[in-house]
Amino acid sequence: MSPSPPRPAGAVPDAAPAAPHAAGQAARRRAPDRGERAQVEVYGIRHHGPGSARAVRRALEEFKPEAVLIEGPPEADDLVDLAADPGMVPPVALLAYSPGRTPSADGAEATERRAAFWPFAEFSPEWQAIRYALEAGVPVRFCDLPAAHQLARQEPDADAGDPGPAGPEAPPSAEDGRPAAETPEGRDEPPEQDIRLDPLGWLARAAGYDDAERWWDDVVEHRGDGPSPFPAIAEAMTELRARLAALPEREHGPLPPGCLRREEQREAYMRRTLRRALKDGYERVAVVCGAWHVPALLEKVPAARDERTLRGLPKTKVAMTWVPWTHGRLADRSGYGAGVRSPGWYHHLFTSGDRPIERWLTEAARVLREEDLHVSSAHVIEAVRLAEALAALRGRPLAGLDEVTEAVRAVLCEGNELPVELIQRRMVVGERLGSVPERTPMVPLQRDLQAEQRRLRLKPSALDKEYDLDLRKALDLDRSRLLHRLRLLGVDWGVPQEAQGRSKGTFRESWTLMWRPEFDVELIEAGAWGTTVHGAAAARATAMAAQAATLAELTSLAERCLLADLGDALPAVMRALADRAAVDADVAHLMAALPALVRALRYGDVRGTPTGPLRTVVDGLVVRVCVGLPPAVTGLDDDASREMLGHIDAVHGALSLLGDDDHTARWLRTLRVLVDRDGDRAVHGLLEGRLTRLLLDAGRLDDVPDRMARAVSVGVAPDRAAAWVEGFLSGGGLLLVHDDDLLRLLDGWIAGLPADAFTAVLPLLRRTFGGYAAAERRAIGERVRRLDAAGPPAAARDDDIDAGRAAAAAATALRILGWEAPA
Amino acid sequence: MTTDSTPPAGVLRPHAEQQYADELARLAEHDDRPRPPGWRLSPWAVTTYLMGGELPDGSRISPKYIGPRRLMEVAVATLATDRALLLLGVPGTAKTWVSEHLAAAVSGDSTLLVQGTAGTTEEAVRYGWNYARLLAEGPSEKALVESPLMKAMRTGAVARIEELTRMPGDVQDTLITILSEKTLPVPELGVEVQARKGFTVIATANDRDRGVNELSSALRRRFNTVVLPLPATAEEEVDIVARRVEQIGRALELPDAPAGLDEIRRVVTVFRELRAGLTDDGRTKLKSPSGTLSTAEAISVITNGLALAAHFGDGVLRAADVAGGIVGAVVQDPVSDRVAWQEYLETVVRERPGWQDFYRACREVS
Repeated sequence: MSPSPPRPAGAVPDAAPAAPHAAGQAARRRAPDRGERAQVEVYGIRHHGPGSARAVRRALEEFKPEAVLIEGPPEADDLVDLAADPGMVPPVALLAYSPGRTPSADGAEATERRAAFWPFAEFSPEWQAIRYALEAGVPVRFCDLPAAHQLARQEPDADAGDPGPAGPEAPPSAEDGRPAAETPEGRDEPPEQDIRLDPLGWLARAAGYDDAERWWDDVVEHRGDGPSPFPAIAEAMTELRARLAALPEREHGPLPPGCLRREEQREAYMRRTLRRALKDGYERVAVVCGAWHVPALLEKVPAARDERTLRGLPKTKVAMTWVPWTHGRLADRSGYGAGVRSPGWYHHLFTSGDRPIERWLTEAARVLREEDLHVSSAHVIEAVRLAEALAALRGRPLAGLDEVTEAVRAVLCEGNELPVELIQRRMVVGERLGSVPERTPMVPLQRDLQAEQRRLRLKPSALDKEYDLDLRKALDLDRSRLLHRLRLLGVDWGVPQEAQGRSKGTFRESWTLMWRPEFDVELIEAGAWGTTVHGAAAARATAMAAQAATLAELTSLAERCLLADLGDALPAVMRALADRAAVDADVAHLMAALPALVRALRYGDVRGTPTGPLRTVVDGLVVRVCVGLPPAVTGLDDDASREMLGHIDAVHGALSLLGDDDHTARWLRTLRVLVDRDGDRAVHGLLEGRLTRLLLDAGRLDDVPDRMARAVSVGVAPDRAAAWVEGFLSGGGLLLVHDDDLLRLLDGWIAGLPADAFTAVLPLLRRTFGGYAAAERRAIGERVRRLDAAGPPAAARDDDIDAGRAAAAAATALRILGWEAPA
Repeated sequence: MTTDSTPPAGVLRPHAEQQYADELARLAEHDDRPRPPGWRLSPWAVTTYLMGGELPDGSRISPKYIGPRRLMEVAVATLATDRALLLLGVPGTAKTWVSEHLAAAVSGDSTLLVQGTAGTTEEAVRYGWNYARLLAEGPSEKALVESPLMKAMRTGAVARIEELTRMPGDVQDTLITILSEKTLPVPELGVEVQARKGFTVIATANDRDRGVNELSSALRRRFNTVVLPLPATAEEEVDIVARRVEQIGRALELPDAPAGLDEIRRVVTVFRELRAGLTDDGRTKLKSPSGTLSTAEAISVITNGLALAAHFGDGVLRAADVAGGIVGAVVQDPVSDRVAWQEYLETVVRERPGWQDFYRACREVS
């Protein structure tokens, strides 16, 4: 493409249709009906192309337009002034969302969420055009199809095959002037390469390149100064579109019809905005839009036809605002991403005026040095030479990212891939997070979060950062609460980490914080819940409690409320919990819920959270469990007993943790009743053995040897006896080491078993004893051997101490303990 | 200097510049791009020579290196900036092959070679003396025996150093002055040899040998590093093996036995799977034997099989012809590798449809 100076051509939007434009007479034209004075220049750009950005800026400074039209949602016209605010730092994005819908509590809103983004980086031509216009004091208008229509189209009844506004369009992959719709459908381009799908690919192939990005980089983005590229771009696009139009209808194949219609509508709207700007009396108008649209804007289409195209489009209520964006998001190809492969590189190209290669490699060397990799200036010099030699070898005008990366790999990293990846992450993509000024329209929730962030000195950052919070400090405690509240709202800014290698003290929490742009959407949606983070989280928790289906959900919600210090939501959650507990017929559910609540109660104490309501619920729950347990343990088979055993142990442990005498007494009374059952109503052997043991440990039984004798006597089926023994002995065999009576009973029972019964119970016994530590087993074995000897235990040996020899050691020990040594 | 002339008859392995003299000449003829001083061809033509291509007159340049083009471009660009080039890679990734062809294309001479071993001395890198003459006539330039490196400096050619990391560290470090100052002083005679334009060094080193004599960072800094990877896909590797086997077969004047592509594919598959410790379908984990199982070894297994088939078999490469070679390549350690091989044979080869003949042949020789 040989750049040629812009040529004036006579045409006007309102003019009657005439013969199609001759290729090459693009870019600039006059409006005859405005007395040959109105001038329109159309700059076809690649979204997020640094070369385009520089060229647009230069062209605008030269053209000095009276109004600038930019491809983007017209709803943002009122917001555009904010771009001049010093607090506005790209990358930022225009966000369009449907306000005022109350999302349901269970998170189902995610599926029907509607929001769209128009991201801008420092190196985006649109951004440069905005900044130019604001600096020069000329009005800026956005000329794309309003977001109201674009969002409305995502209704389910819309054209199903439509790839949506995120659909592919020229220029190819740098597709981002389009709102990146949440629904990723249509992002995957069909394999067929049509002109429309990949217009630059066609041009690149014509120029002998296999990669469209590289071709565009070479001919446009990497150009330094020189004549404006826009006439040539317009010419090329006009040619392409003419070719495409000449194709038979069916060969538009790969694109669904909805997409073409959408494009028609968008271009009609652009033309309409242009007409209005001219009608408003602006005589010099500049339009900045995707290169593909240039011919459409220059085409002479009667106003009436455009009006017809635009009539009756579905509409929805839309609010707009600016949100911070990240380079990482620009690089993503899916979701909200823009598919710019190397935003960091483009940013560098745009901002570093001269010597981009040298500056880039020097920066790369610094990044590597920060990681303690030895890289000298000599390395950088050689890397620059290699990059330039490679560019020459490949016939490129300037070393591009490929060449620079090769140089980094071969020279700076000495062939090592890992540091190359580091450069890729830190520099080529670059984790730059933009910011928006204070006065940007925000939902109150966002403002509240900002205030909290300032108060707690937690700065949003696009790189993940670890925080270790010590909950004993007020600041850290508040931070933890904020993060927990945000998680309740579905904003996972912080993700709790398992503390590794540190003490598991309850006063420590580790978080990984990383801000993602879509959190702003979540916040805006969560704005329906309240105006402060605290209030919204409480409201959401209350709503979740009302919808919770199981007791377990409620208990975990209660735990989260406590962590987030949502005292106002807690009563509602607790009421729901109490109600649910009252109607839940399955005592196992209640028992499963209890430990978590008791934990929360104890944990709440550590964090200084008021736990009054929780206490009430726990009290109620204990009573219910004690009432419900006796009927629930009747007639259980082996598996069910084993499961119940786990629940009983958990509740028992939880009650010990709780340390409430009333509850413990009630619980032990319940157990006592169960143990005393007899005959048909007797509980399973496993449970009975275990309960006996629990009561023995609690000192509530004084006839344990008798009970054991009964359990293992001849009248009892051997398998029940074995189960009893297993239950009784589970969780440690030290009892047998210390209680000769029990051991003798057990020994007698086993020795007296008939041969076939012995074979039957052997596996159960093995399971019981197999669970003990080796030392315990050995100790038990030794005791058993001595039982036969019938001698008195060797306790007497312990008294055989030589006081004289021990005196020195005892004195030292006493001194260490700080006591006065006996004289 | 060895020139583009044809090699004397009966030479076992002609140098690259002899074997491909025709291609080099035709490239030079069509090469109208600027050549760096001392170069026979432009960097662009050197890349074409390595990667293959078509010339304006329709004649074809055969590819010498099959792999990513960008690697060769980096290598050529490195030489064009008179930097030294270090080719790294596991054994059998064509490091030596690439270095020979680069030297042949750039300076038309791939024979200025220093082989690095544990016994390489400084004389081999710098210069030695003809002691008879030294004693008889005293120190003079005539008594000087110059190293390949010195000759390359004098003539402005590419010198090659094989297995750089096997040289003792102090010998390696004699390269530092040569590479940075581009001069080689001879204090005994009070003279120095200053490198002409076009002089540079291509060194190869083995990834797995890194621990042997790690390069000092001062020396490392003077090299641009290109890591040659193992072939990315099975098809690429089959292509490399088939091509080389054909060339070697021609050079050795083996009776014409068609190297069945199927058999080559099978050998390559076995090598790739054992190397990766994973079957191609990614579903079975395997023990990896201790050998490197490089592409170069696959080539020698096939060549060996071809010789067997031609001389003792029916002239067609069959499973039995390659089985012996494969077992020899895989089982380097008689204990652990044998286990790995047997497991592979019994769990993977045996089950694989169409591999029955191969399985039987391997069982016979294992």
